[in-house]
Amino acid sequence: MKIAVCVSHVPDTATKIVIGSDNKSIDPSGVTYIVNPYDEFAIEEALKTKEKLGGETVVISVGKDANKETLRKALAMGIDNAVLLKDDNDRDSIGIAKALAEEIKNQAAELVFFGKQSVDYDNSIIGQLTAELLGYNCVSVVVDLKIDGNKITAEREIEGGREVVETSLPAIITAQKGLNEPRYASLKGIMASKKKVIEEKAAAASDKVVEVLRMKKPPMKQPGRILGTDKTAVAELVRLLKEEAKVI
Amino acid sequence: MANKILVFLEQRSGLIKKSSFETAKAAKKIASQLNYDLEAITIGSEINDIESTGKYGVKKITFFKDEKLANYSSSAYAQIVADFAKQIDADILFFSNSSMGKDLAPFVSIKIGAGILMDCISLEVSGNDIIATRPVFAGKALIESKINSQKKVFTLRPNVFNIGEVQDEKAAVEVKSVDNLDLRSKVTEIKKSEGKLDVAEAEIIVSGGRGLKGPENFHLVEELASVLGAAVGASRAAVDAGWRPHSEQVGQTGKTVSPNLYVAVGISGAIQHLAGMSSSKYIVAINKDKDAPIFSIADYGIAGDIFEVLPALTEEIKKVKS
Repeated sequence: MKIAVCVSHVPDTATKIVIGSDNKSIDPSGVTYIVNPYDEFAIEEALKTKEKLGGETVVISVGKDANKETLRKALAMGIDNAVLLKDDNDRDSIGIAKALAEEIKNQAAELVFFGKQSVDYDNSIIGQLTAELLGYNCVSVVVDLKIDGNKITAEREIEGGREVVETSLPAIITAQKGLNEPRYASLKGIMASKKKVIEEKAAAASDKVVEVLRMKKPPMKQPGRILGTDKTAVAELVRLLKEEAKVI
Repeated sequence: MANKILVFLEQRSGLIKKSSFETAKAAKKIASQLNYDLEAITIGSEINDIESTGKYGVKKITFFKDEKLANYSSSAYAQIVADFAKQIDADILFFSNSSMGKDLAPFVSIKIGAGILMDCISLEVSGNDIIATRPVFAGKALIESKINSQKKVFTLRPNVFNIGEVQDEKAAVEVKSVDNLDLRSKVTEIKKSEGKLDVAEAEIIVSGGRGLKGPENFHLVEELASVLGAAVGASRAAVDAGWRPHSEQVGQTGKTVSPNLYVAVGISGAIQHLAGMSSSKYIVAINKDKDAPIFSIADYGIAGDIFEVLPALTEEIKKVKS
């Protein structure tokens, strides 16, 4: 079976975000970029699935040359091939999904993994949009996955519990933390990944329908009061919560 | 005929969720500003008290009823919502940004050819546009955007849009059956975490971090949460150490939350954590280290020993509540 993983290249979660001079995007200077944390679970699940069921794996990303760093990381973890769908301009979610759907069709991948969300724009929908464009089944926010022949049983996280979902291939699965424990790239894997060629092609054209007007910092919360250093402050805290904040 | 807005109301176990009422109320406000008509749709098997959605501004609701639709099915629900949106020619659709809404809205958006914006925390009408504000980078920045396609889909973050005053009105309910259900994906079972409130939906959250020193001390957090009727949350450090499940993690690689009250216990306040909870309305921090970053965003703090302060706080709240 052909298995694809779609990944994004995002600012490290420890990064302080500075708004760029266009007031529409972040200032990338001094920002360290990493593999989107949820995509690591997607890569691991693709590798595990291949180990169990056989087949071939391919990692795909849409964006700039810099994304190759993240593709290389996936190759180092053990993914067979990598494709960069090049576009130097930012796309909206549907634009990204269209480019990915096109390439997944090209690759004839029957099973596709995504992270459940990119920790940059946090839309958490690229997997679902891509599935709908392809007419594939889709289960999002998956924490447990079983594949038996054509049949898929997945558990997805919901408020206060999990849903057990039954569906079938071809399918897109979006990975939530807890699905697996991503492996570290071995030295051998890292060396081998350096020799691999990342295939580059232009991302399928798409019109933007979402227009960004402005990016801004959230209003800063003013630091409040330290009421004390031991339990004698508790009575005052409870009074304030009740009378001033009115939250209890 | 006026243009239409359609709001999807989500039921679980036959009850429409509070976050759906918030969404209906917000959709109603947009509908009046744009001079559009508002309709609602819900899907399930048995749903209690559908007429009462009138309280939140819904005059007309269509209930697609089938016993096979009691639980969520992404394929069937998406088909039903998209077909109905096309049938009534709705231009704008609203969903709650719940687990179901997040899954369902993107499928529907492709089916009806709509642009989509998720997890909005504010909506402003400007001329014929809806300017949506959404947090990005887990709340480290906000982005204002608009959708330029004719059809538009928005999901709204739970707990942010106030229900405010309700009217004593009843909605007109039309019950419809569905032919040819598309059940390619269906929920066969729901595994509940025993009676636990989820941080994504809770109005009060009590979160614990590394300062608790070990999983055996989390009962102190659970006891405070219990007297407050709060959900239990955890920092990434506590989750990565295996003390708590990831479903409780608050922050950039966990859940971004905006409760009325957030109590951070033994959490120093790494940037990833602050990003996920700093939009809470009130923040209380209890931490031994008075220089911990969490105090920089807390409304009220106690810079003391959590093992002494926490039990005393639980007792005091019990007293006030009784």
